[in-house]
Amino acid sequence: MASDDLWILGIHMTKFGKHLDKDLVDLAAEAVTGALADGGVTMAEMEVVAAGCLMAANAGMGQQLQKQLGQTGAPVYNVANACATGATALRVALMSIKAGEADVGLAFGVEKLAGAGLLSGGSRKDDSDTFAPSGRYGAVAPIDGRIGTEIMPGVFAQIGMEYGHRYGGTSFELFARISEKNHAHSALNPLAAYSKKMTLEEIMGDFMVAYPNTRPMCSANCDGAAAAVVVSGSKLRTLSLEQQRRAVKISASVLTTDPWEEACQVLPDVNTLTRNAATQAYEQAGLGPSDLDLVELHDCFATAELVHYDNLMLCEQGGAVDFFESGATWRDGSMPVNVSGGLESKGHPIGATGIANVWEVATHLRGEAGPRQIEGARVGLTHVIGLGSACGVHILERSAA
Amino acid sequence: MAKQIPLVDYLVLGDRPHLVAHECTSCGARFFDRRNACASCGRTEFTRVDIPTDGEVRAFTIVAFAAPGIPVPYVAALVDCGGTSVRANLVNVPTDPEHVTLGMPVRLTTEVVGTDTEDTEAIGFGFEPREA
Repeated sequence: MASDDLWILGIHMTKFGKHLDKDLVDLAAEAVTGALADGGVTMAEMEVVAAGCLMAANAGMGQQLQKQLGQTGAPVYNVANACATGATALRVALMSIKAGEADVGLAFGVEKLAGAGLLSGGSRKDDSDTFAPSGRYGAVAPIDGRIGTEIMPGVFAQIGMEYGHRYGGTSFELFARISEKNHAHSALNPLAAYSKKMTLEEIMGDFMVAYPNTRPMCSANCDGAAAAVVVSGSKLRTLSLEQQRRAVKISASVLTTDPWEEACQVLPDVNTLTRNAATQAYEQAGLGPSDLDLVELHDCFATAELVHYDNLMLCEQGGAVDFFESGATWRDGSMPVNVSGGLESKGHPIGATGIANVWEVATHLRGEAGPRQIEGARVGLTHVIGLGSACGVHILERSAA
Repeated sequence: MAKQIPLVDYLVLGDRPHLVAHECTSCGARFFDRRNACASCGRTEFTRVDIPTDGEVRAFTIVAFAAPGIPVPYVAALVDCGGTSVRANLVNVPTDPEHVTLGMPVRLTTEVVGTDTEDTEAIGFGFEPREA
């Protein structure tokens, strides 16, 4: 291993779901304690701590964790970057190592969202008594529901529909079948918030949120945390052979934002920045899509998963519908996608998501995924996207040791 | 007739209601909000341009669950008006996927969205089906 390689030494995620008896710090502490134990290291050895929590972004979650597990004096970076918060925390720890400021770092993400309802567009102010223009659109009254929608299921519905308009082949049923796949996958994942298989009829007949996304086609709001201990190659060389054997190589770590494109401030463009991140990641890793054994991508809605097959270049441009129809993205297909159950079924505790997907891939690369193991997995990719926008992509490789 | 005010400042009322955008004089990027600079090229000079009132639906969703006070279902859409994308509701059309379709030709229309305590009407806009 080269000195400047980056490695995951230890990684852990909590069960996703309802944790009524645990607060944010309890969940974070469980994930961090698990990651430290997994890596065979202690809090005292962490030279940098990066903490991701979106809904409590000003709570100083990193320091709160230190106050429970160890006030070591190590620098803390509390980060918030929409749904890319977890991936951003991981990247902050990695950048500290790359910058030579640390050899060992801790990144964690945590969120409590069980029963949260709509995260955007969930409330609208009453109209004021006298109309007066305010804000950047000079609006005299709230515009959600009057000029399009601010709810995420509706925004991402349009993103999937736009793909259908451009390339054809989409339908309510097609999007529901993507959700059927992820719910089926989650039946093998004991850490998923929902691990019950759902039939296509159940999915299509469920409560409609924003056509074509019914409730099970939306990411599941839930509680959860995930944490990773990362090290430099030079540090890993000094550790035990068992630690080296289980270490997972981070071959690429990329964060992008959306470059200006026509329409991007009208309907968020989640495509260009994902394609840019994937392009950079494949280049960093010296690998291509055909090298991937599994992918965990940001299926915040069933309509989103489809477009990211294309954006991550898992299929040819415009070919996402045929790619899905071929069965490729089922766990027994040529390119398994979201074998964890994805955000729709495993769940989406926002801050944790971008580390939990790394845990999923790392666990397969270590050959420790149990009944849902993708046999012989050597290379995997993780992807998250947060509106605003931010996209994080990581490519992971099994240790050669 | 009651006094009227547009729901947003990029809607122009009158005999021929239409939308206006800030167009960057350097690169041509168009924006509907108040600008500090152009997000595409960084320059700071803009000119006001009228947006065509005829368009085509490029994406839509039928929102069935929204904040309290918002009537559902309603259709939210991305409308391509001669190359400029506009966010709007689709109106005067049944809210089901048999009647709302991708590529559907639409035109701008206005409607009263509310009246304040001084009897001023806020006028909003939407797009309704038209013959191609």
